[in-house]
Amino acid sequence: MRRVTKNERVRVALTLNGRKLAADAEARTLLCDFIRHALGATGTHVGCEHGVCGACTVLIDGVATRSCLTLAVQAEGRDIKTVESLAAPDGTLNPLQQAFRHNHALQCGFCTPGILMSFTDYLSRQPHPSETEIRDVLSGHLCRCTGYAGIVAAIKQAAGKG
Amino acid sequence: MKPRPFDYLRPDTVVETVALLAEYGDDARILAGGQSLVPMLNLRIVEAAALIDISRIAALDTIHDRGDAIEIGAGVTQNKLLAWPQLAKKLPLLAAALPHVGHFQTRNKGTVCGSIAHADPSSEIPLALAVLGGDVVLKSKRGERVLAAGEFQQDMLTTARAGDEILAAVRFPVNGPGVAFREVARRHGDFAIVAVAAVVENQNTVRLGVGGMAGKPLVREMSADHCADAIAAWADGLEGHDDLHSSAALRRDLFRNLAPLVVKEAIRCAA
Repeated sequence: MRRVTKNERVRVALTLNGRKLAADAEARTLLCDFIRHALGATGTHVGCEHGVCGACTVLIDGVATRSCLTLAVQAEGRDIKTVESLAAPDGTLNPLQQAFRHNHALQCGFCTPGILMSFTDYLSRQPHPSETEIRDVLSGHLCRCTGYAGIVAAIKQAAGKG
Repeated sequence: MKPRPFDYLRPDTVVETVALLAEYGDDARILAGGQSLVPMLNLRIVEAAALIDISRIAALDTIHDRGDAIEIGAGVTQNKLLAWPQLAKKLPLLAAALPHVGHFQTRNKGTVCGSIAHADPSSEIPLALAVLGGDVVLKSKRGERVLAAGEFQQDMLTTARAGDEILAAVRFPVNGPGVAFREVARRHGDFAIVAVAAVVENQNTVRLGVGGMAGKPLVREMSADHCADAIAAWADGLEGHDDLHSSAALRRDLFRNLAPLVVKEAIRCAA
């Protein structure tokens, strides 16, 4: 059994974007803060901190998850993927990212990392979604710039190319 | 906001879990998917001395067909149940209701049992359990007991679970295709303002349930032939409540208009 008391800081090891990393965390440290502050990967954004806005969505063992509703210790030993994992090492955007660029699917970009990770999971399960299905998954994210039309167009374009 | 400090415990078995619950009692909270609990911790609406994380206990991550009922363990996520190949055949009401529970991303972690244990009065899964007349399985060091849905959920966020018990599983009775579910929410995936579910018991009897109207789901049995009168009379007597999203009067109106449609749809599906 894993036991972390409230006054303790413990070593939490996990795989982030293919690299095995470890850093200290309290029991109450949220995964989003652990990724950003302890591991230094700031691509994941933190919005509402109660699971509504979707900005902090990451993949845990391939499954799109709110990292603000997950404790860092819960992710111990897991495979975490964030928006930093999507582009090639030379910076070439992946098909989903390119489609976002082509369709003006972002303006300020705050919500974008979460949406990209959600659809990385969803399109791997359902490579050819209908617009209704796309909008249903997108309902788990808030975007205050685009009105969503560009995002839907981008996902439609990227579907089946991943 | 960030949660206040708490102990984190991750038992490997149910035996270890109930031993921890016996030790901590009411001061501990079970953490399964965390999609209701962690927001409340982050907002500091809820405080816990300890979180007991059951998400890695394989014995709780099971969907078991008992013949007359489907038993779903405390580790099963809402999306796992949605993806269960037998769902539409064995539990068509859940197949209809689950897509309304939160969003794809929260259903990935949120559990079926967690939603029932949380007991939000406008939640879809507790409504489905109440209308189907299902049971919950509570385990503690003292043993196991099975409670009917109506006995378990008592009021808003209040259940019959004792401090040393875990809601280990829930049993949904298998039923035929005569079901229907509809809800009204501000946005798809939000908590329902009013949710209505119906199950056709036999040719003459319908069980109708409503969520969002009281501290817990309300269920009534009525004859299929006289359901219009029964719904109208029921709607007039419902108290409802005013909040940011809706007045009590609007809730009653929504129920008055939704319920006949849901009953009609359930009867059509049964035929």
